Amino acid sequence: MNVVEVAGLTVRYAGATALEGVDLVVGEGELVALIGPNGAGKSTLVKALSGLIRPAAGKITVNGRLAQVPEGREMFGDLTVDDNLRLGGWRNGRHGRGTGAIYPLLPELDRLRRRRAGTLSGGQQQMVAIGRALMARPDVLVIDELSLGLAPLVVADLVGHLRTLNADRGLAVLLIEQNARLALGLCHRAYVLEAGRNALQGDADELARDPRVAAAYLGGHVTTDGPAR
Amino acid sequence: MTDFVGYLLTGLGIGAGFALVASGLVAIYRVTRVVNFAQGAFAVIAAMLTSSLLAAGLPHGVAELAGVFAAAVTGLLVGIVAIGRPGTTPATSLIVTLGLGVLAYAVEILIWGDQPRSFPGLPGVAGIAGARLQAHYLLILGVAVPVFLAMAVFFARTDLGKALSACASNRYAARVVGIDVRRMGLIAFALGGALGGLAGVLTTPVQQVTFDSDVTLIVNGFAAAILGGLTRPVVALAGGLLLGVAQTMIAGYGGGAYQLEVALLLMLTVMIVQAARSGAVQEQEAAR
Repeated sequence: MNVVEVAGLTVRYAGATALEGVDLVVGEGELVALIGPNGAGKSTLVKALSGLIRPAAGKITVNGRLAQVPEGREMFGDLTVDDNLRLGGWRNGRHGRGTGAIYPLLPELDRLRRRRAGTLSGGQQQMVAIGRALMARPDVLVIDELSLGLAPLVVADLVGHLRTLNADRGLAVLLIEQNARLALGLCHRAYVLEAGRNALQGDADELARDPRVAAAYLGGHVTTDGPAR
Repeated sequence: MTDFVGYLLTGLGIGAGFALVASGLVAIYRVTRVVNFAQGAFAVIAAMLTSSLLAAGLPHGVAELAGVFAAAVTGLLVGIVAIGRPGTTPATSLIVTLGLGVLAYAVEILIWGDQPRSFPGLPGVAGIAGARLQAHYLLILGVAVPVFLAMAVFFARTDLGKALSACASNRYAARVVGIDVRRMGLIAFALGGALGGLAGVLTTPVQQVTFDSDVTLIVNGFAAAILGGLTRPVVALAGGLLLGVAQTMIAGYGGGAYQLEVALLLMLTVMIVQAARSGAVQEQEAAR
């Protein structure tokens, strides 16, 4: 069964079309990348998936729970890390908001529990944003720009956590990412979105070898034995 | 010296009323970004209703609580009108609250007339450190201080309080995690109504209330709240108390005619200083 099914999704802002007939599927426990240039409509798709904007046409089906790691991390800066996590479980009801299960998954957060989220580094905030989304006990995590503004080592750490979550708990991920090399390296399948439409899609390894993808998103270098990690 | 202690305690009592009004303003502004100019009306409605209920024979305590409850409901109604429609900007909502404040005049005059009203509070005179003052001022402090402590606990320890703070901190993130931002705004309006109502029922025994008493309350409350940029409850509390003490001191040692001017002068000074620094603040807001 697919956790996310998007069919013919069209979104318009004040008359301008941001997405036009976009199709996308995320299977159970699947890691799916969504890449494309700025303004292709990636963030619009995320907002539509989270129900923050209403599509003009098309259908979005989510089987299970979807949680979002928003672009720019969007911390509750005045609140502690623990309270940020706790509010991630807002929809669970009062008895489902215990944060204890998150710290073993993201041990780096343990010593930051009492810190105000606004005082953390970008990488630490991204970790909190992931933990906050995990609090919703999602079947699929939608991550809008994982690596933006973060150091490579920090990104590698986050990617490691995502692999573990995927392998150990079957967590599906839809990763929206401007670093195509990173996205194709982590994910099983990928979609390329251009000017609000589906441009390419397929197996991540195959896409990484596709000259069109290489030219546009991988700096022109076709990788022959899978993308660099 | 005994004069000083007397003025200080009296000023703290009056200031607690301002601080309650200011806290209501802050509670609403933090969550909704709306400056609620109907805030003073909550106090007037609660005080007027309490005076009617006491006259009708209800005991003290019950009548005051009913007044506060009515103010909370009024706050909720103001909130529904001001922010209930999706997409209403804070600037539009501000004008709506201003209009509702004027509408409240009409309703108050219709129900209670235009004559000043009051009701007895805690009777008697208290002596502290040689100073003598109306005992009711101590009751004001005795109620207001626990209320402020309870609010601090509410915002820091309960999930609802945290969710309200989350809306204040990052509305977008609040929506992402599934917090209904508009509902939180309405809760903030009800809370603001209750705090304004409490200010009204507590201060009316020492200061008569008329339909237009809200002007004094809103000017002083706003002056206190603006000290903390409308977002910092503790600063608003301190500001309210400071204003009350400053006004009582000026009235006691100088002339009583200048009380409102003190608040206006303070507010003007703070706003000029903040305007001088606001470039940075607005850039921060815009970056969100």
